[in-house]
Amino acid sequence: MASNPMYQFNVYRIGPEIKLGSVDISFTNASLFMVISSLAILIIFNLGAKKKTLIPDKLQLLSELSYSFVAKMISDTAGSKAKPYFSFIFSLFMFVLFCNMFGMIPYAFTVTSHIIVTFMLAAFIFVGVTIIGFMKHGLGYLKLFVPSGVPMVLLPLIVVIEIISYLSRPISLSVRLFANMMAGHTMMKVFGGFVISLGIVGGWLPLSFSVALTGLEILVAFLQAYVFAILTCIYLNDALNLHH
Amino acid sequence: MLKKIIISIFITCFACVNLVFAAESGGMPQLNPEFWISQIFWLIITFGILFIVLTKVILPKISDNLETRKSQILENIETADRQKEESQKKIDEYEKIILDSKVKAKNYFNQAREKILEDINKKRNALEKDLDEEISSVENELSEFRKKSGEKINKIAAETSAELIKELIGEEVNSSSIAAIVEDQAKLNKERKDVI
Repeated sequence: MASNPMYQFNVYRIGPEIKLGSVDISFTNASLFMVISSLAILIIFNLGAKKKTLIPDKLQLLSELSYSFVAKMISDTAGSKAKPYFSFIFSLFMFVLFCNMFGMIPYAFTVTSHIIVTFMLAAFIFVGVTIIGFMKHGLGYLKLFVPSGVPMVLLPLIVVIEIISYLSRPISLSVRLFANMMAGHTMMKVFGGFVISLGIVGGWLPLSFSVALTGLEILVAFLQAYVFAILTCIYLNDALNLHH
Repeated sequence: MLKKIIISIFITCFACVNLVFAAESGGMPQLNPEFWISQIFWLIITFGILFIVLTKVILPKISDNLETRKSQILENIETADRQKEESQKKIDEYEKIILDSKVKAKNYFNQAREKILEDINKKRNALEKDLDEEISSVENELSEFRKKSGEKINKIAAETSAELIKELIGEEVNSSSIAAIVEDQAKLNKERKDVI
């Protein structure tokens, strides 16, 4: 069972079964890693924000650089109107990044490799962005589906395509993150299994592959968090600055 | 890209398998809905707490830190600019003072020179006047002397020639005639001199 590359994604209960009415909300290993990631973020950034020195130390520099990194990302993609949503995008980026990174620790559980988690985040973003769009522009937000400068003949087709692409945003957003994380971890597991099965003679090749993949996966972990956050910014930009 | 395609095939295969044999183990644990509600619940709790604490406590602090640093740096730059301006002013003042003192020194020098030159001129003029006076007086004396000297020489010549004649011939010659001869000779001499 343990050699199954999908085994690492199993969710199991830690501690007693907790029921809310008839719904099972037990504390699982997924919950554990969500808590660990959130706590790590809070501890690191709290320590980084504590001292107020003119010349920052390492943790302070880390937190301030992340702050300005996310702030720059938001202002570059969504403009100054997106400032009120800074803390949400910052939390989102950090949460996804830390979940991805904690997943890179051997035997750890990757929260973001579960479609339900990424889909909930993406759905929340989708619903939120749509609400913001309608609140800012009223029914004028529907102009998003009617790009300007398109011939009248093509318009019905374009509108249908636009609506489908808009509705598929949460799916593409969530599946991108989930699939990347799952695929990476599965591949690492498969190569790790090859090392064992090929033994001391032929195991070196998959081992070196595993090492290279680890580097790649760390890159992917960062990149996917970044992509997740920047796509959120782009969707937010569509809702805030309607100039399609 | 290739990786993504492979992955999507992978996922769909597993998804199909999982949907068909949902009860069987070995499918994708992600599609097992047993803990979906639990994951959603804990996601909301953890992410909610993370979001609230970051928004209310930590991010304001970080932004505060950044702001204070920015303002402090701006302040420092401002003071530096001010000090630079002040030092520039001081330098200008210093240069002005130096220029002024240079001009003053030049003036003093020129004044002193003029004074000295005046003094020298005055003294020279006085000296030249004295000298001229002396020269003219000497010249007067000389001309007088010259005038007198001709007569004296004639007289001496007459006396000497009278004595000479007396010694030579032992006879006294009329002194007036001798004087006339001497005078004639002197005139001749003078004429010769003039001719030469």
